Amino acid sequence: MKILVCIKQIPDMESKFKINAEGDWFNETDVSFWMNEYDEYAVEQSIQLKEQLGNEPDVTVLSIGPDRVVESIKKALAMGCDRGVHIKDDEAFRKDPAQIASIIYEFAKDKGFDIIFTGMQSQDRGSAQVGVLLAEMLGYSCVTTVVNFAYDNGVINAKRELEGGIKSLVKTKTPAVITCQLGLNTPRYPTLPNIMKAKKKELITLNVADLLKQEAVAKTEKFYYPEKKGVGMVIEGDLAAMVDQLISVLKEKTTVVK
Amino acid sequence: MKALLVCEYRDGKLLESSYELFAFADKLNAEKVALVIGNDANVPAFGGKVYLADVSKYGEYNPDIHKKLVLEVVNKENPDVIVLVHTSYGWDLAPRLAASLKAAQLSEVVNIVDGGFELSCLNGKMRRIVAPKTDKKVITIQSGAFTPQAPLSGTPEVIKLDLSLESGNIEFLGYEVAEKTGVDLSKAEIIVSAGRGIGKKDNMPIIEALAKALGGEVGATRPVVDAGWLEQSRQVGITGQTVSPKLYIACGISGAVQHIAGMKKSDFVVAINKDKDAPIGEVADVLVVADILQFVPALTEKLSK
Ligand SMILES: Cc1cc2nc3c(=O)[nH]c(=O)nc-3n(C[C@H](O)[C@H](O)[C@H](O)COP(=O)(O)OP(=O)(O)OC[C@H]3O[C@@H](n4cnc5c(N)ncnc54)[C@H](O)[C@@H]3O)c2cc1C
Ligand SMILES: Nc1ncnc2c1ncn2[C@@H]1O[C@H](COP(=O)(O)O)[C@@H](O)[C@H]1O
Repeated sequence: MKILVCIKQIPDMESKFKINAEGDWFNETDVSFWMNEYDEYAVEQSIQLKEQLGNEPDVTVLSIGPDRVVESIKKALAMGCDRGVHIKDDEAFRKDPAQIASIIYEFAKDKGFDIIFTGMQSQDRGSAQVGVLLAEMLGYSCVTTVVNFAYDNGVINAKRELEGGIKSLVKTKTPAVITCQLGLNTPRYPTLPNIMKAKKKELITLNVADLLKQEAVAKTEKFYYPEKKGVGMVIEGDLAAMVDQLISVLKEKTTVVK
Repeated sequence: MKALLVCEYRDGKLLESSYELFAFADKLNAEKVALVIGNDANVPAFGGKVYLADVSKYGEYNPDIHKKLVLEVVNKENPDVIVLVHTSYGWDLAPRLAASLKAAQLSEVVNIVDGGFELSCLNGKMRRIVAPKTDKKVITIQSGAFTPQAPLSGTPEVIKLDLSLESGNIEFLGYEVAEKTGVDLSKAEIIVSAGRGIGKKDNMPIIEALAKALGGEVGATRPVVDAGWLEQSRQVGITGQTVSPKLYIACGISGAVQHIAGMKKSDFVVAINKDKDAPIGEVADVLVVADILQFVPALTEKLSK
C-alpha cells in the first residue's frame, strides 16, 4: 500500500503580523512556523495505518513551500513517515488552493497512492479546499472532517464530524483522500532515536516550476487588520492593580459578582 | 448577477443557517435561485424559483449525488455565483463543485466590502479581499456573518428535479448523536473557560478554583477537551455547547470563530490573554493582558477574601 500525507507549515498565530511590501500577506521576519495542527493528525493517522498493516505501507510526506518547510517534513519523518518530498516554492503563499492542489496532483497522478491524508483545513487560510480538490482531480473518493478512521481490506469506515455533536458514518473504498479533523487521534512526539533515524531517510527536493500547470483562479487584492469593533476595555500593567480593577468592573457591570 | 443558493437540509429539516444565504445574496444585489434537497414541507418561503430534489429519493448528504444535482441546476440557470454556508456540508461540497466547474472558490466569506469579498485569516487576526478570476464562482459564507434582516416572504415557484443518479463511491450509513451526559452549561450563570493557554492538565485546578470562587462552571475550548484535560461535555463552541451566561471568563483562549459562535451570547465577557491582539478581544467587554498562570490565582485569592 502507498500512502501520501500532505502537510503545510503555518505561522505561530500569536505573532504580531506586519503587512509585507506588496500588501498581500505578512512579513515573515521574526515569525516562527510549524506544522499545521490538522496535518499532525494526518501524519499520525498515516503512521497508525502503517503499523496496523504490519509496517507494509510506504508513507510519503509532502510539503510545498520555501526551505523552512523542511523542518516540518523532518518532524513527520521522525514521527514515522518513510520519505519526504519538498516541493520548493518561495511564492507558495501567493498560490490559491486550486494551484496547490494541482501541484500535488501533478506529483501524485502516476504514483498510485491508495490513501492520501490531508488536514481538514490550514490554520492560516482555513480554506478547507486542497484535499477535496485533489481528490476530484485524481478521481478519488473523498471523506472530509474525519474524527474516526478505520481501514480494512480496501474499505474505509469513517466518522465525519457535523455541527452540534452529530457525526455521520460513511463508508468508502480506496483510493481515497481523507481530510483530518482535530481530535482524530493523539499525534505522537518524535523520540530522540527516531529523530536520529529520520536523518537517514530519503528527502527529495522538486522544483515547483516543473509541477505548476494551473493558472491562478483567485488573487489577494488587499490584506489588512480588522477594524476594532467592540471598543472593550483593556486592562494592563501591575498584577495587583489589574486584579483590583477587574473586580471593580465586574461589580459595577455584572449582577453576578458582589 | 445571479446567485444559486444551495440550502442545507438534515434529517427532515431545512437548517436555519440556510437563510443566511438569502441575506448574502441580498447584500450582493443578486437575483436569487434556491436549491433544496429536502421535501415539500420545507421549502424556503421566498418569491423566486426553488429547485426541489426529493430527499426520500436521493437520501441524506451524499457528495456525488448532491454535486450532480447542483450541477444540473447550474446548467439550467447559469448562475454567476453558487453559494453555500461554510459548514461540514458546505466545505465538503463546494470544492467538488469548484473542481467540476473549473471555478474559483472563496471559502468562508465574512463580508462584502466595496463589492469585494472579504475573508478572515490567521485565526481572525487579519482580513483579505480576494478577487476570483473565473466567470463562475463558488462561495462559502461564514456561518453567522450574514444575518437575515427580515423573515423571507412570498410564494416560491417550485421546480421539481427528477434525475436518475448513481450514488457514487461514498455510502452514508447513518448519524451518531452524542449522548447528553455531564453538565448542561447552557443554564450556567457564570462560566470560566480554559483554552490551550493553560499549558497542561496540571494547571487546570487554577481554572476550577476561580470557577468555585465565583460559584460558576468550568468550560473549555476544543483543544483542551481533545487533549483530555476536561470532559467533552464542557466544550463550548459549534461542536460543543452553546452558552449564554451572565459572565463568561475566557482564560488563554485565542477566539477562533468556532469557539466564539458558542459563547457570543454571553452578557459580559472577560478575556485574559497575554496576546493583546488575540481575536477574543473583539467580543470581550474587558481584555486583561496578562499571563493566566499568574493572574487567575491572584484574582481567585482576592475574590475569596
Ligand atoms: C469544524 C471545526 C469545529 C470546531 N469546533 C470547536 C468548538 O466547538 N469549540 C472550540 O473551542 N473550538 C473548536 N474548533 C477549534 C478552533 O478552530 C480553535 O482551534 C480552538 O478554539 C482554539 O482553542 P484555544 O483558543 O484554546 O487555543 P489557541 O488558539 O492555541 O489559543 C491559545 C491562546 O492562549 C493564549 N495564551 C497562551 N499562553 C498564555 C498564558 N500563559 N496566559 C495567557 N494567555 C495565554 C495565546 O495568546 C492564545 O491566544 C473547531 C474547529 C473546526 C475546524
Ligand atoms: N503548501 C502545502 N503543501 C502541502 N500540503 C498543503 C499545502 N497547503 C495545504 N495543504 C494540505 O491541504 C490541507 C487543506 O488546506 P487548505 O485548503 O489551505 O485549508 C492542509 O491541511 C494540508 O494537508
